[in-house]
Amino acid sequence: MTDTHHRVPAATEQESAVRTMTMAGAINAGLRAAMERDPKVLLMGEDVGQLGGVFRVTDGLHKDFGGDRVIDTPLAESGIVGTSIGMAMRGYRPVVEIQFDGFIFPAFNQITTQLAKMHYRSHGSIQLPVVIRVPFAGNIGAIEHHSESIEALFAHTAGLRICSPATPQDAFDMIQQSIFAPDPVIFLEPKARYWDKGDVDTDAVRTRLDAAAATADIGRARVARPGTDVTVVAYGPTVRTALQVADVAAGEGTSVEVVDLRSISPLDAATVIRSAKRTGRVIVVHEAPTAHGVGAELAARIGEEAFFHLKAPVMRVGGFHMPYPPSKFEHEYLPNLDRVLDAVDRVMAH
Amino acid sequence: MGPLSDDGLVQLLDVDGTRVADPDWEPYASHLTPEALRVFWRLMTLTRTFDAEATSLQRQGELGLWVSCLGQEGAQIGSGTAIREPDYVFPSYREHGVALTRNVDLPQMLTLFRGLEHGSWDPAKHSFHLYTLVIGAHTLHATGYAIAMDKDGLVGSGSPENDGAVICYFGDGATSQGDVNESFVFAAVNNAPLVFFVQNNQFAISEPTTRQSRVTLAQRADGFGIPRVRVDGNDVIAVHAVTQWALRHARSGQGPVLIEAFTYRMAAHTTSDDATRYRTRAEEEKWRQRDPIDRLEKHLQQLGQLPDEFRTAVEAEAKALGKRTRETVKAWERPPLLSMFDHVYAEPHAQVEAERAWFDRYQQSFIDEGSHA
Ligand SMILES: Cc1ncc(C[n+]2csc(CCOP(=O)(O)OP(=O)(O)O)c2C)c(N)n1
Repeated sequence: MTDTHHRVPAATEQESAVRTMTMAGAINAGLRAAMERDPKVLLMGEDVGQLGGVFRVTDGLHKDFGGDRVIDTPLAESGIVGTSIGMAMRGYRPVVEIQFDGFIFPAFNQITTQLAKMHYRSHGSIQLPVVIRVPFAGNIGAIEHHSESIEALFAHTAGLRICSPATPQDAFDMIQQSIFAPDPVIFLEPKARYWDKGDVDTDAVRTRLDAAAATADIGRARVARPGTDVTVVAYGPTVRTALQVADVAAGEGTSVEVVDLRSISPLDAATVIRSAKRTGRVIVVHEAPTAHGVGAELAARIGEEAFFHLKAPVMRVGGFHMPYPPSKFEHEYLPNLDRVLDAVDRVMAH
Repeated sequence: MGPLSDDGLVQLLDVDGTRVADPDWEPYASHLTPEALRVFWRLMTLTRTFDAEATSLQRQGELGLWVSCLGQEGAQIGSGTAIREPDYVFPSYREHGVALTRNVDLPQMLTLFRGLEHGSWDPAKHSFHLYTLVIGAHTLHATGYAIAMDKDGLVGSGSPENDGAVICYFGDGATSQGDVNESFVFAAVNNAPLVFFVQNNQFAISEPTTRQSRVTLAQRADGFGIPRVRVDGNDVIAVHAVTQWALRHARSGQGPVLIEAFTYRMAAHTTSDDATRYRTRAEEEKWRQRDPIDRLEKHLQQLGQLPDEFRTAVEAEAKALGKRTRETVKAWERPPLLSMFDHVYAEPHAQVEAERAWFDRYQQSFIDEGSHA
């Protein structure tokens, strides 16, 4: 079981501090904690300073840490990522914000040909601990280019870590683990969940960060809800949908296990495969188009490693192979409750 | 004044090897004793010999590709010799002469071109970053590095001998890239201690600079508020002087500078290119008359400062370098295959680990089969 990572080590001298926060607030608190921990942590991006970012995720940090550490950059995504590489080469830990998922493409070259490869090219002599924060995915009724799911485009590139928190607790923990990880991380913030509230233990991650290789923790999946009949694998914005599916299915007598991947690269396939072997039925749910996506990758792995445990083919519920549609269509485009429940019925019918 | 005109070039040595008086730039060259000029001549000669050796190794099938810097030695040695600790260099992929000034072992550089590794030297040790093959991408890394140097208190500190700056090399074609323009923006608004060094060798593969710009490449700096100089890139003394000035300017906290070194690529773009398709022998001949090494040689001879013993010693050194280059390259063996999985990530990554383990077993299976036979 990997759902133990939130367990707080017993009785440190620090009092356990549990606060209720939104996910945006939790990321903000996590950034603040990281900046307090290490003066080399810098925030950069468009409007991250006085405005606090268009989603206010960096709210108040400019005021408290100053313009030298919370830097409003020129409006140039490749420039933001490219200069962060040079700063990381001198020992800084830049955390850059791309304002919206659909605007990461001007930086695609810097991310895939430079950021991802420098460690390999330099035989490990150059580490680039850069975090690229991206408000990602849809479901907020936005206009074009503000709702894209870009994870597969980056997961296909070796050298990058890609993760997405689904809860305020994970948002708080994972942003700090990403910042202190030695590898570049694409940190996908499910923008439709920015305002979801949850309890956050603000002390637990500190203890883990002090431990060696604690940052590898961001690569682990978690069983968000145990079940016996069907495994629904989700991450980021679709975890909440998956949990709702599990509630509804339970009322209909089907026990759904929800696995929150947390990390897309590395992919904690072992946790998914263990669950697949238990339930024999797997549905992968993500907002990105299903074609050539993370669900396809998982289905193939499950096929390779758990074939004889399967009672039904692995199903995918996700976006269609089209540009993200105008927002009046997004409810049907997205893997909503009905579409996932339909998939549950189909795997149960086998 | 188009990008292929030689208007407005700073020159301190004319084509015949005679010193040109230029009161503005002379102060940045006045420290160059005959001995220092002999060092320039030696470094240019070694660069050229190495370049020729690498070209012939490619022809013999020992290297996958070679990117020659023939004809650009003046621009590279002139600028490279103005760099000192704690400056940092971001080269493109043709800066073998600059590498020599940074004490990078030239034969060792060829692992990249032999297909053994992607980066051949320790960048931190030489303050010389790895070659970047994506045109212009490194200009942003240079900018970020320069901004960070400033943050680290290494710029305009009040004790100039401790100050540093970054120098970034790229070509005329690169000036069209978005990244280069973004780096101008970032460097300018951050007042970054950065010298942009454009080697206008007049071609981006087959495209003349007129396909990249209507104005001189130096003029491009104007719109960004970056001071600029245009220098005769085949005049090693002038290049050295303007680079001295630019680096001092940047180190002192006055921000970025752009240098356009007007030069000519005498060889093809790479060993895979056929330059006869896009330029004439007459043009090449014209530039041969402006050769940077010949020009300095004439000057040293005019001064009576190129004694036979020195020349003989450098020739012997060059010959030895050529021999060592050949022997080094031919002696290389491929590292263990599994090493190709190394360093993809700094921390273990499940996918890489699993694939490495699978590949190891797969390879092992052949060995086991062999032993049963
Ligand atoms: C982004 C990108 N586009 C295309 C290429 C292929 N390419 C390699 S070198 C080159 C020409 C570069 O010319 P220039 O910047 O003038 O530099 P030079 O090679 O003349 O030194 C091209 C097109 C590349 N390496 N990167």
